[in-house]
Amino acid sequence: MKENEKIWEILETVNDPEVPVLSIIDLGIVRGVDSFISPLGGNGANISITPTYSGCPAMDVISMTIRMVLMENGFKEIKINTVLSPAWTTDWMSEAGKEKLKAFGIAPPTPKQQVCHTPLFHDGEAIQCPRCNSYHTKLISQFGSTACKAMYQCLDCQEPFDYFKCH
Amino acid sequence: MNHQLALHLADNALILGHRNSEWTGHGPVLEQDIAISNIALDLIGQARNFYQYAAQLINQSTQQPNIPSTEDSLAYLRESHEFKNCLLVEQPNGDWAKTILRQFFFSAYQFYYYQELQKSKDSTLAAIAEKSLKEVTYHLRWSSEWVIRLGDGTDESRSRMLKAIDELWMYTDELFENTSYEHKAASEGFGVDISLFKNDWDKKVKEVFEEATLPIPTKELNNVNWFGKEGKHSEHLGNILAEMQFLQRAYPGCEW
Ligand SMILES: [Zn+2]
Repeated sequence: MKENEKIWEILETVNDPEVPVLSIIDLGIVRGVDSFISPLGGNGANISITPTYSGCPAMDVISMTIRMVLMENGFKEIKINTVLSPAWTTDWMSEAGKEKLKAFGIAPPTPKQQVCHTPLFHDGEAIQCPRCNSYHTKLISQFGSTACKAMYQCLDCQEPFDYFKCH
Repeated sequence: MNHQLALHLADNALILGHRNSEWTGHGPVLEQDIAISNIALDLIGQARNFYQYAAQLINQSTQQPNIPSTEDSLAYLRESHEFKNCLLVEQPNGDWAKTILRQFFFSAYQFYYYQELQKSKDSTLAAIAEKSLKEVTYHLRWSSEWVIRLGDGTDESRSRMLKAIDELWMYTDELFENTSYEHKAASEGFGVDISLFKNDWDKKVKEVFEEATLPIPTKELNNVNWFGKEGKHSEHLGNILAEMQFLQRAYPGCEW
């Protein structure tokens, strides 16, 4: 049990390479940790992670980083298991993560999954500008610089910004 | 569970993903270049999940395989006739209208397909479907909007959409023609009975075409002599593979 808590703490130091203000815990992609006594001697760790999007290129880097930090912390055997179900959702992002995103200039996902299911040509729920807090914003594109983001523009301060879109 | 269905699903996603990736750096405007590249990435990610599973099934069914299958060997080292993708996804990009229409037909198909596949008795296929469906929902919305924008746009955009319909409609029949492996998987509860959602697909196409003021072809244009899902492809697939597989064929096992 103690060992599991230690693993969670260590994983808190692993950041998402594409949105480096978020740890993988903030992002909600670590689905389970389990320590065990390795037959190779010392402690081992089983880590379950889930991708944000099927083609997320950050997953390989994240797995490698998890492996490295756990080894640095004395774990001898590390098994990383990718689980797809239940599918990742932005609901799993921590509140702390959402605040960090906003401070970084990315609008955090809204709690209600309305943007996914709006009628064609409708922007859905208003997204708040992370710079000036205006809700007077407009969707530019549902696809942004990475799979998890959409592009918006603030119609008050005029700044374009990324929105971590609901999923 | 037989690996053929997993391969079919992987090939569909890989080949369309590869086609879409040909737009990267060539999109009509930056935002749409990014959009089509994102869709390509989602599809290639889905393909990887299906290939990994197909490789696992193949390796389990072969006693001590000399060279185990991997996602890479399945994508890069199979011949054209071994690919099980439908003909629609291997069609050349053409102009933006043709690419959009191909995406719309296929996203609508994937949308209903994955909804059914989520209920598969095979938990891996169900999980991949559940994951992919969220992505496809965005693809369908995006491509629907573009079909409407172009169909109900200028004379130029409309004439291009009409030409795209002429060129692609004939390949939509194949989507709903069962192969023996699809039929078998469906009857065993692992696959999907594709006839179940043919009406949903028709309805979706009708709804979007009507809003786009585009005519819905009524005549069945089943004059295609190939059947991609069973490995009978057009020359286009050979051209895709020649480019996509070149590096692994020329330098086997190459990594960078
Ligand atoms: Zn603003």
